[in-house]
Amino acid sequence: MLNLNSRLARVAISIAKHLSTRDYTSMCRAGYTPTAHLQPLFQQNSLTNLYKGSMFKKHNFLSTTTSNNTAEGGSEQNETISVTFVDKDGEEKLIKVPIGMSMLEAAHQNDIELEGACEGSLACSTCHVIVMDVEYYNKLEDPTDEENDMLDLAFGLCETSRLGCQVIATPELDGVRLALPAATRNFAVDGYVPKPH
Amino acid sequence: MRIFRARKLLCRSFSNTLHSEPLRVCVVGSGPAGCYTAEKMLKAREQAQVDIIDRLPTPFGLVRSGVAPDHPETKIVVNQFSRVAQHERCSFFGNVTLGSSVSLSELRRLYHVVVLAYGAESDRNLGIPGENLKGVLSAREFVWWYNGHPDGQNLDPDLKSTDTAVILGQGNVALDVARILLRPTSELATTDIASHALATLEESSIRVVYLVGRRGPAQAACTAKELREVLGIKNLDISIQESDLILTPADEEELKSNRIHRRIFELLSKAATSRPRHAGLNQRRLHFVFFRKPDSFQESKDNTGHVSGVRFEKTVLESVGPGKQIAVGTGEFEDIKCGIVLKSIGYKSVPVDGLPFDHKKGIVPNDEGRVLSDTSDTAALEEGLYVCGWLKRGPTGIVATNLYCAEETVSSILEDLENGVLISSTAALKPGRNGLLKLMHDRNVRIVSFNDWEKIDSEERRLGSSRNKPREKLATWNELLTATAEGTEYST
Repeated sequence: MLNLNSRLARVAISIAKHLSTRDYTSMCRAGYTPTAHLQPLFQQNSLTNLYKGSMFKKHNFLSTTTSNNTAEGGSEQNETISVTFVDKDGEEKLIKVPIGMSMLEAAHQNDIELEGACEGSLACSTCHVIVMDVEYYNKLEDPTDEENDMLDLAFGLCETSRLGCQVIATPELDGVRLALPAATRNFAVDGYVPKPH
Repeated sequence: MRIFRARKLLCRSFSNTLHSEPLRVCVVGSGPAGCYTAEKMLKAREQAQVDIIDRLPTPFGLVRSGVAPDHPETKIVVNQFSRVAQHERCSFFGNVTLGSSVSLSELRRLYHVVVLAYGAESDRNLGIPGENLKGVLSAREFVWWYNGHPDGQNLDPDLKSTDTAVILGQGNVALDVARILLRPTSELATTDIASHALATLEESSIRVVYLVGRRGPAQAACTAKELREVLGIKNLDISIQESDLILTPADEEELKSNRIHRRIFELLSKAATSRPRHAGLNQRRLHFVFFRKPDSFQESKDNTGHVSGVRFEKTVLESVGPGKQIAVGTGEFEDIKCGIVLKSIGYKSVPVDGLPFDHKKGIVPNDEGRVLSDTSDTAALEEGLYVCGWLKRGPTGIVATNLYCAEETVSSILEDLENGVLISSTAALKPGRNGLLKLMHDRNVRIVSFNDWEKIDSEERRLGSSRNKPREKLATWNELLTATAEGTEYST
């Protein structure tokens, strides 16, 4: 009985995850009416600071994950994990990231210089981060085709590269270290600099 | 190549006193290169005053006039660029043209630092017979046309007298053009495509499009997202010859170390084998043709002066270095009949008076963004003059490429400020913004401010909302300038 429930829960979680990440992003790509209406949303956000990403107030729903849908209760919302960002000069910054928030949003909220040209809609590679420890990289779900398409274009791409807008804080990522690409110029496995357009 | 002046100590004391005098920077061009450069300069120098000028009344360069209408997510970056233009130490001046409203030498007298980021508004030519026939167009002009660029209004492509279009090139612009020609117009109707283009496309008789490349599928210049998208168009037959997909050892070597090309090749291979043929009238078809180099354009016998086809020479690949193969003609020819040809073989920058130019590469000679006096080994630095974006690197890359390009140029500027290379220009008090405004006023140049652009923006969005489009672009100079003169009726 217990086994069936937990299996059902896992299926439910994977469906919820699929719905919140996969289908949404494929909607973003197709350029159909839903996306066309999205654009005004982004444009209407008021911003007071040049470098802060307060547009992410509306962007929150792009980073929903299963954590918000589990049966574990509301206390999940207040839990945070520790994430260390290492900038291109090697300087480290330890921040607390609420479960369910994307690394891109967390970076912006903490004044970390991670670009986000397309504001999390999988249309650029500027939020490229490198997961410094392979064990943490392996804990992440495989990137979708859409993410891989964008990673193709990322500068300084490595074996453990991911897009910051697609890495969502979960309890098992507590302690993860993320490097901003210029910091690891020497580590780039695929040294080829892409020149498409 | 860099010339280091040995006046560091003297310069430091000068620069200390100069810190009260703001650094006055002019960026020419408000596309990604210009906006990223402005953003980084503003951040790097707390006192810097940055003016961005653009010949159009609308900012954002190719983000507005190049990115396809069905790629709205790629345009989201304008939010970031808007914040730059609205920064208290930044001003946008539209409708100001380098070369006619103000000369390069005048700008260099007005500002401490001038960064040219005006991109590439011309085309590479094939230089083959028939290139001037009617119906042979550049993809750049076609893109301007469907994106409502005010200089693209009069293109008037004839899409009604033929069912076949040939596109030369297989980069992302070529794919954009193919997609706009083949996509059901009902899908385009809810994008920001220019309405004159939508009307023409709705009456288009084009059903077959050829995307032709000189080399093979392992060298195709497009990227995965765009290829995936075109292969996924509803009810579109894709035709790829399986024999073209055979890889040589040199191809395999190339693919081994190149993730982008590897994934493109995989997508093309899958498309070649797994597509079922659709039957039916009006069936739309996209052919990927490889190993064909255009030799000449053929003139129609019934419709003189008009193109009726392209003669291609078959090619084979020859290795010219590690990981680099070029297409070499075999002397065997093949014709593809068509009524319209779109050349998507690359853009080219346009020089201005007083600007050193490398005509062979189509860029401004530079060293990490510092403009050089010529292309020789003994070139001198042009003090205070810098370059960024396509004008610096050539017409390649994506929006984000300019992020790194701007970083490099700004880095060079900051280094030059530190090392005293800019000393003679920064020592002088420069009129900057006020000087430019006065000059434009004296010349009756009607500057379009960022606020004025916002009136255009509001009006476009207002017009679009009644047509279920994100915006209805104002596609003529007259409409654009009139909208800036409108009262604050629609301003938010």
